[in-house]
Amino acid sequence: MEHFRIRWFQWAAPQSFYPLAGRLLPWFAAAAAVLALVALYLGFFVAPTDFQQGEGYRIIFVHVPASWMSMVIYLAMAFWAFLGFTFNTRISGMMTQALAPTGAMFTFLSLWTGALWGKPMWGTWWVWDARLTSELILFFLYMGYIALTSAIDDPRRADRAGGLLALVGAINVPIIYFSVKWWNTLHQGASVSVTKGSSMAQTMLWAMLLMALAFWAYSIAMALYRVRGIMLQRERHTRWVQELVA
Amino acid sequence: MIWESWDAFWAMGGYGFYVWGSYAVVFLCIVAEIALARAGQRESRQTVRDLLEQEAAHDATP
Repeated sequence: MEHFRIRWFQWAAPQSFYPLAGRLLPWFAAAAAVLALVALYLGFFVAPTDFQQGEGYRIIFVHVPASWMSMVIYLAMAFWAFLGFTFNTRISGMMTQALAPTGAMFTFLSLWTGALWGKPMWGTWWVWDARLTSELILFFLYMGYIALTSAIDDPRRADRAGGLLALVGAINVPIIYFSVKWWNTLHQGASVSVTKGSSMAQTMLWAMLLMALAFWAYSIAMALYRVRGIMLQRERHTRWVQELVA
Repeated sequence: MIWESWDAFWAMGGYGFYVWGSYAVVFLCIVAEIALARAGQRESRQTVRDLLEQEAAHDATP
């Protein structure tokens, strides 16, 4: 038992991650703010009117980045959960939990901005097509994760149960991504693809990519901020936390 | 400037409700998330402080 405890401490030590997260946080927060401002400027004052959708297309600058983040964050949670199961590190469960609320928020925003884009362009707020339905399932997975982990008092058991949901649920992410190819959806296919490049005008593409980077930086900043709180709470019986807070 | 006037900017070619309805909710969600995270952080620190006080009180009793 003693041996186990010592090894555990060496693998991932919250007492060394806590100050590191504190130092990194302001940089990610500042990067998020600057990138978002530049993206908004490009998106609203430089990018031209779309020849098909007029000014309505400008929703794309938040809709696509939010949708990307909703999937990326879930994969990040699955990654941490996987590390937790294989190496039994304390930090993995904390990171998985720290990421979930931001992921849920971006999933909600993806659905919300999608509805506001669908109404003028398709004539409906919502359709049960594969893309929209699988994204809604992703939202339920996030909510399920948050509900499950907060319902279990013992943090290690909560991590196990939540981690399992994060891992199993990750199968939904490629389903969302490829849904527009696999099924006949009302939702359009990808405008940006790794293999085929982009079908968008240059300034539109830049505005969208910069906003995506801003959301990345924001998500990292929020996860670091939240994980510090989780560390204090969970490690409250340790000397390093008590000395820090006292 | 690609807009003829500020009115044209806010109207978004008739899509104002949808475009601003999207951006406003994105903004509100981010503000709310930061506020909630801050409250969570304060709560965590308070939990530790309460624990320290409890322990101090426990040590003080003969």
